Amino acid sequence: MIAGISIYEILTVTSILFFIGIYGFITRKNLISILISIELIMNASVVNFVIINKYLYPDILQGVLFSIFIIAVTAAETALAVAIIINLYRQISSVEVKDTETMKY
Amino acid sequence: MDFSNFLLMRHEILLLAILLLLIVGEIFIHKNKKSSIVHLAIFLFGIHTIVGFFAMDEGVLFGTMFKTNNLIHFFKNVLNVGVLILLLQSADWLQEKMVQQQRGTEFFILLFSSLLGMYFMISSGDFLMFYLGLELSTLPVAALAAYETSKRKSSEAGIKLILSAALASGISLFGISMLYATSGSIYFNDIVNTITANYLTILGFVLFFTGLAFKISLVPFHFWTADVYEGAPISVASYLSVISKGAAVFILMILLFTVLKPLMHIWENILYVVALATMFTGNLFALRQQNMKRFLAFSSIAQAGFILLGLITGTQLGTATIVYFVMIYIFSNLAAFGVVQAISLKTGKENMTDYEGLYRTNPNLSLVMMLALFSLAGIPPVAGFFGKFFLFTAAASKGYYLLVFLAVVNVTISLYYYLLVIRAMFLRKSDHPIPFFKNKLYMRLGLIITVIGILILGLYSPLYDYIYELSSNLN
Repeated sequence: MIAGISIYEILTVTSILFFIGIYGFITRKNLISILISIELIMNASVVNFVIINKYLYPDILQGVLFSIFIIAVTAAETALAVAIIINLYRQISSVEVKDTETMKY
Repeated sequence: MDFSNFLLMRHEILLLAILLLLIVGEIFIHKNKKSSIVHLAIFLFGIHTIVGFFAMDEGVLFGTMFKTNNLIHFFKNVLNVGVLILLLQSADWLQEKMVQQQRGTEFFILLFSSLLGMYFMISSGDFLMFYLGLELSTLPVAALAAYETSKRKSSEAGIKLILSAALASGISLFGISMLYATSGSIYFNDIVNTITANYLTILGFVLFFTGLAFKISLVPFHFWTADVYEGAPISVASYLSVISKGAAVFILMILLFTVLKPLMHIWENILYVVALATMFTGNLFALRQQNMKRFLAFSSIAQAGFILLGLITGTQLGTATIVYFVMIYIFSNLAAFGVVQAISLKTGKENMTDYEGLYRTNPNLSLVMMLALFSLAGIPPVAGFFGKFFLFTAAASKGYYLLVFLAVVNVTISLYYYLLVIRAMFLRKSDHPIPFFKNKLYMRLGLIITVIGILILGLYSPLYDYIYELSSNLN
């Protein structure tokens, strides 16, 4: 619990974070930026879990536990995505989205 | 301590043992004999499949985080058989292309870890286990899609799959956090008691559903499907369209029919719209495809739309028909992908026009393809007809007559493009047809099993009764 800040304010922040992530995923032109947008979405969920646990159900630490797992899995996901991006970069010397459009429709 | 409880996880433990054995094999088998690892993996997985059919207890582990019952057990066996056929079909490709690059073992390790994730996903008892299973089943497949590192298309497929999957799981997690906020627990058993249809729960459910819809490739979230299928190696595309989709449908069914049952009046409407959109989009886009892999991708999107027809009922009949249909779908689609793989391996051709005159040169392959496409389209003597028929019956029994009518319209559309392939193979003549070739033993075995499955599954009715009986576990 943080004194003076209610759960509504924090949930508003995480919702904004979530939608910034979605917006970034759709509009960014660079694969790395897209990856960063996904991180934003994940972090919004992590904060959500911790806050809901702390404010609403402080008896059992389910949400906090969940958030630790999310952080770990997201790290693995990012590592794999970066590996694939590097492999792509070796072939086309670019990490732009518009260069990954050989397959369409 | 008593470890006998852990026998409930027999599938998982055995598969993990096989995984570790293969890693040890990779270390100790000499460089020049690496192709023997393909035989070893297929042999071990064959044993695992057979052992899976022995009866198993029902029960829960780890404080209901892991649960298993006869229906889940049965579905794991179905997945096992599917993966076994897939391994048989991809053995030649691995031996000819990948073992020389010293990369044969990777394929099995990644594939089996993904399957392990699916096991955990379908027997999960809380959202944490579900999430971990979902990620474990998705991440290795993304690595597999980028498996042919020398091909640009393969890397492209990999990046498209991993980014879509990460977005999907992110959205899904945000939804889960909202469900957690309203129900106060991540355990399915607790959620089902406290869940009510307020606005936050509905928003949470919709976001959560989005995550799984990405995996099943339902319509607003299907854009990755065709690209990934075209770029990825054919075995991986076949794995994505068959095993991965089957497992995701199964867990979605379990969640909707048990945990989220109190929200049924909400998800009924969502599924209605999504089912229509999926069927029409999948079928209409499949009409204009020339590449066989893209063609099968859109056909598999359309099939996912048909599966939703069973999902919308929420009854025991619905459960039974979905499991039955998914089983038939696995066999039919594996047969189609198997033929595409055999031809692509020998000649490198993947376009529909390349298939012209195939019947004159390779009659057996074209017959397998014909049976598979008939089964996907739902023409009476083969299994696909019965699968679709039962699905439509289930939906009609709940009064969705308009939906069933539109689904039948879609079956007609789909018949057209499936017949396009059959026309190319049987009626068209070509100056340069694909020359006659003989498949190796594994590929032939893989195709024969699928053909037997397509012919037998529809006619052997005790199987359906058995599934119907098992389905009472859910409702």
